[in-house]
Amino acid sequence: MSNPLKLSVPEGVPFIDYEREFEFPVSDVFRAHKEPDLIVQWLGPRGYKMDIDHYDFRTGGSYSYLHTGPEGQPYEFKGIFHTVRENEFAIQTFEFGGYPDVVSLEFMTFEDLGNGRSRLKGHSVYPSLEARDGMAQSGMEGGMTEGYERLDELLSGAKV
Amino acid sequence: MSSDDAPLDSAFMALADPVRRSIIARLSRGPATVNELAEPFAITKQAVSKHIQVLEQAQLVTRTRDAQRRPVHLNPARLEALTAWIDQYRLVREGQFRGLDSVLQSRAAARGRQEKDPS
Repeated sequence: MSNPLKLSVPEGVPFIDYEREFEFPVSDVFRAHKEPDLIVQWLGPRGYKMDIDHYDFRTGGSYSYLHTGPEGQPYEFKGIFHTVRENEFAIQTFEFGGYPDVVSLEFMTFEDLGNGRSRLKGHSVYPSLEARDGMAQSGMEGGMTEGYERLDELLSGAKV
Repeated sequence: MSSDDAPLDSAFMALADPVRRSIIARLSRGPATVNELAEPFAITKQAVSKHIQVLEQAQLVTRTRDAQRRPVHLNPARLEALTAWIDQYRLVREGQFRGLDSVLQSRAAARGRQEKDPS
């Protein structure tokens, strides 16, 4: 059983907020955001191959990677890490190659909850409501693929 | 953005106005006439009519032609199209974090084995 994702897409302001708890220490969660060999194991939608050009999770660093879909279609993402504070906080920009120049700001807060548990809080700021809705919509393709995979697993009685 | 997004764009534009959102909220409880819809607002019936026209153009509401009252109806299919992307976004995020869970799980398991086996 996985922890629930609290997602809020407020009306009238171009934000997306989310909150997710982990049954692991904050240092582990932070590390999984920092090390490229861990990032490739979870950041992409399932069924997508992730190729990192570079991923330098530190203040002033930058990143660029490619998600390749099941039919071979590439999706490019890039951005800059504005602020990174170990086990605490990060601000990064995020740009999808399919929507050039529509850049969002991602705030991430890593919280220690004690007893080896932690919480990740995300706050995304888009340049406009249209950008938020258009950009988030572009993630739908991966979501659809994943949705069907999960349905397959569910039907075959596998653990989701 | 593809041309497929144009109807979605006009729907989001239509919903950017608080009066029009209130009208949608009222219509979710059932059809209403322009007079009934104008009642809670301190604006003219003409202004409310204009708002309804915008909603109509965005296909968020429909008006029946037959009756004298011409009540305004909500178009639920259009509203569902608006919220579909939020559900998809949620699916992608949830999948991502479950992936992160299993990465953390396998690392913790590997660490546990190392502690038990100090070779």
